[in-house]
Amino acid sequence: MYPSRFGYEAPSSIEEAIALLSASGGEAKVLAGGQSLIPLLKLRFATPETIIDINKIPGLDFLTFEADGSIRVGALCRHATLERSTELETAQPVMAAVAPLVADPIVRNRGTLVGSLCHADPQGDWASVMMALGGSVVAQGPSGRRSILVSDLVSGPFETVLAPDEIAVEAFVPAPTGVPMGGYLKLERRVGDFATVAAAVSVDMDGDKVVRAGIGMTAVGPTTLSASEAAAVLVGGPLSESVIAEAADLAAAAATPRSDHRGSADYKKHILRTFVIRLLNKVATSTQKVA
Amino acid sequence: MSSLFTEVSAEPPSDVPVRRVTVTVNGDERTVEVEPRLLLAHLIRSGFKLTGTHTGCDTSNCGACTVLLDGEPVKSCTVLAVQADGSEIMTVEGLAGPSELHPLQEGFKDEHGLQCGFCTPGMLMASKALLQRNPDPTEDEVRWALSGNLCRCTGYQNIVNAVLWAGEKLRADGGTQEEAT
Repeated sequence: MYPSRFGYEAPSSIEEAIALLSASGGEAKVLAGGQSLIPLLKLRFATPETIIDINKIPGLDFLTFEADGSIRVGALCRHATLERSTELETAQPVMAAVAPLVADPIVRNRGTLVGSLCHADPQGDWASVMMALGGSVVAQGPSGRRSILVSDLVSGPFETVLAPDEIAVEAFVPAPTGVPMGGYLKLERRVGDFATVAAAVSVDMDGDKVVRAGIGMTAVGPTTLSASEAAAVLVGGPLSESVIAEAADLAAAAATPRSDHRGSADYKKHILRTFVIRLLNKVATSTQKVA
Repeated sequence: MSSLFTEVSAEPPSDVPVRRVTVTVNGDERTVEVEPRLLLAHLIRSGFKLTGTHTGCDTSNCGACTVLLDGEPVKSCTVLAVQADGSEIMTVEGLAGPSELHPLQEGFKDEHGLQCGFCTPGMLMASKALLQRNPDPTEDEVRWALSGNLCRCTGYQNIVNAVLWAGEKLRADGGTQEEAT
C-alpha cells in the first residue's frame, strides 16, 4: 500500500515547522512517530498535501522530572523511553503501568505519547491516563504557547481542538498532591491489538485517604472518557469496599461502549467495572499495609 | 556506492517532489532519490534489492518487515524512506557474511525456529536488538520482546528456544561477535 502523493518537509526548528504549517492552509500533517499517521496515509484515510516531519528538530525527545513532582514529556519522547524509565514508577505509577501496554515493543520504539494524544483515537491508551492525571498538552502556534487540558483537547473521534498552525510540543503532568498511586489495566485480544476495554485510575494518597482522584476510560465511547463522578466519590476518605463499588458502578454507568467484534456493550461495561475495582483494591491493599 | 531509485510511479510527473536520501545499509553507504511517500520497506526490497526483509501485513501488525534503524528495531512498512536519511540500517542480510551464520541464525536452524520462514527475518532482527540490550534474557523477556512479531507456523516455542540458544552461544563467545556487528 502506498500513501497518496505528498510534499515532505523536515524543518530543524519548531518556529520553522509552525511557519510551514501556517503556509499550508490546513492541508499539512505533523509527523512524529508515525505509527498511527503512516498507516492512515497508507489506507488513504489521511491525504495531506504536505507532511511536516518534526523528527529533525533537536531537543524534543525529553522526559523531564521536575523538582516539584510534575513531569514533562517532549513531542519526540517515544513510548519505549517511558517504558524503560526507572524514575517513572515512583514519580507516576499510572504512566509506568501504561507504557509497556501501548501497541507492541517495536511500535513503541517509534510512537510517541504526544502523538498518541493528538491522534485522539478513542482506543488510544495515553489519553485515558492523561485524563486521569489531569494532564495537559502545550501547543505552540504563531502567537505563542498555550496549555490545553487533555480532557479539553479531544473534540471528537480522531479530532482535537488544535489549530491547523499549532503543534503540540509537550505533554505536562501536574505534580501529585499526595503519594501517587493507581494503574492501568487493558484487555486486548493479543499484543498490538487495540484495547477492547481499558481503564486508568489515578489516586493521590495521604496515608489511607484519597486527596485527588481521576479515572480515564479507553474504548468505551466515541472519545476517551473521563469518569468524573466516579472519581469524585473517592476523594476525602479511605478506599472502603463500598466506596470502591460505588465508583466502579458510576464509571460503568458513564461508559457508552458499542457492541462489536471485540465484545458486547454489556461485556465491556462489566470488564470496565472489574478493572476499576481491581485497580482501587490494589491501592487499598497497599495503603492498609502502610497504615 | 550509489544508485538512483524512483519506484513509486513509472513515469513520475515533473512536479513530483523527490528527495535525496543517504543511508548506510549493512555497512554500505547508499544515496538514492525517492518520492517522500516511498516506504522504507520498499526502498530496501525494491530499491536495494535486499529481499530478505519481508512485507507481511503491511499494516504494522506482523513485524516481518522489522529492520534495525540506528540499532533499534522498527517496522519498515511504517517508516518513510525519507525519514531514514542519515541513518544506519541493518537488514537480515547484514547479520553475517554469505557463507556464515550469525549465532541467531544458527539457533533458528538448530532449534527448528521456523517452518515457512516468512516471519524469520523480522524475528531475527527483533531478537538481535533484544540480545544487544539484554544478553541474558529469560524466556518471558524473549516472548515479550518478540510480542510484536507474528508467526503462524511454529507456535513460538522453538523461536523462543532459538533465541535463548543464541544468547547462550553469544555469551560463551564473550559477546565479541555482537560487539563487532
